[in-house]
Amino acid sequence: MAWVNAIIQGVLTGGLYALFACGLSLMFGVMKVVNLAHGDLAVIGGYVAIFVITVMHVPVLWSVVIVVPVMAVVGYGLQRTVIQTALNRGVLTTLIVTLGLSLVIENGLLQFFTANSRGIGAGMTLVTGSFSLGSQIELPYLLLVISAVAVAVLLGLQWFLSRSSYGRLIRAVADDQEAAQLSGADYRHVFGIAAALALGTAALGGIAYGMYSNLDPTAGTDTILLFAFVAVVIGGLGSLWGTLLGGVVLGIAQQIGAQINISDELLAGYLVFLLVLVLRPQGLVNRRAQS
Amino acid sequence: MTAVADDGRTGTGTPLLEVADLTVHHGQLRALDSISLRVYPGEVYAIIGANGAGKSTLLRTIAGLHQPTTGSVRFDGAEVTALRPERRARQGIVMVPEGRRLFGSLSVEENLRVGATYARPGPWTIERVYETFDWMLARRSQRAAQLSGGEQQTVAIGRALVANPRVLLLDELSLGLAPVIVQRIYGMLPQILATGLTVLLVEQDVSQALRVASHIHCLLEGQTTLEGKPAGVTADQVEAAYFGLAGVARPAGGGSES
Repeated sequence: MAWVNAIIQGVLTGGLYALFACGLSLMFGVMKVVNLAHGDLAVIGGYVAIFVITVMHVPVLWSVVIVVPVMAVVGYGLQRTVIQTALNRGVLTTLIVTLGLSLVIENGLLQFFTANSRGIGAGMTLVTGSFSLGSQIELPYLLLVISAVAVAVLLGLQWFLSRSSYGRLIRAVADDQEAAQLSGADYRHVFGIAAALALGTAALGGIAYGMYSNLDPTAGTDTILLFAFVAVVIGGLGSLWGTLLGGVVLGIAQQIGAQINISDELLAGYLVFLLVLVLRPQGLVNRRAQS
Repeated sequence: MTAVADDGRTGTGTPLLEVADLTVHHGQLRALDSISLRVYPGEVYAIIGANGAGKSTLLRTIAGLHQPTTGSVRFDGAEVTALRPERRARQGIVMVPEGRRLFGSLSVEENLRVGATYARPGPWTIERVYETFDWMLARRSQRAAQLSGGEQQTVAIGRALVANPRVLLLDELSLGLAPVIVQRIYGMLPQILATGLTVLLVEQDVSQALRVASHIHCLLEGQTTLEGKPAGVTADQVEAAYFGLAGVARPAGGGSES
């Protein structure tokens, strides 16, 4: 029964990891940018939520309604300025520039928010409560909600990409930038929209992580970016549902590792990552994000 | 220096597209050397020339994909040389690029929808494209990458048409296609022209170009070697201009010595 519990917990944490990963995957799929500041931007989303909750006294759940659009706008702006400038000099430059961005954000957060870790919504029933299935299996409300949100976000992204006019342009630009220009599409604007979506989902991931665990200035690279990256690679680069599968596989591996020995949790996840890289380097789902 | 003389072309009034003294470099290489041309409304203006003559560079510069070193592109009387390609497309300069360049993971219909996103008002709609190319409707949900070369070329033309261009730039339609398919695609040109647009095309296949064009313009190593109505030039002149054979007198309006 303990093993079943481990797998169930793993599946649920997979939803959280998919939230971390889908934006990273989207930006890579559309503009070939590996955004090394993705995790740090998610953490900023979390900190903005903390600010909104503690200073503006907005209820915890409502903070999402403010933070996600704010981070989406930040994503658009960042893409149209820093990242696009780097992209004009070549895709490799974006690696260096987003790495620099990541360092700036982490040190900025240290400066303004200290190294103390903070949680979001501590004490809420949503965060602490769980519901039991039998004596061994506990389903935390929070993870259930996060997983549901993750699936909803992926469904929403999928709908947007396959059905909306902008989604079609995003896929067209991902296929052939120049041909899209010849059809009148400004690919820089389209990139901006993709980045807005990516950072909106990253902000959700940051807030969810702040509720699930604690946020500190280094959580962006130590945890969020790393897990997102692993989930994306396991699932398959550029595939939306692959990120969910990748997140779930990572989650299960970690929980099973923890079940064997609590100190093996992270190791087990990375072993599976390595295994996938060796046996199926294209990822479990080898398909571009599309309908 | 190439002076484009008024050669009594049927197109009257102001040119729709005017290229003046256009020089384009690819790095150190001078791909185009002060090329000038005027395209009048309703014309089929064909640019012919051998591989590497600079035909595609000329078309891509007109579409905005290359920036010229010197010279200008004017469209409908307005300077567009500094405009980005997407701006030019929205104003009505729409190109069917070499090699089709469809959005491979999108369906046929989605390709057309992308083309229609920033369309000008005009006669062409997705429905009209389906009527004109009747096989397309039944296969509209198929992915563009799964189509044959000729079908892809037709969809690429459809994608450009739904934007309702005023001048349609066709870059090397025949490339990689069987002659019978090429015939069929060029056979649709009158139907397209009947909707009131102007065509500027690049073609390596000279006989094909001579068949459809109302005006031809031959390039050799980035320079103009011959210009005129197909009826007004002899096969020998075209051959000399195309291959750059020495000793053949160049007609008036030809480029400088290379």
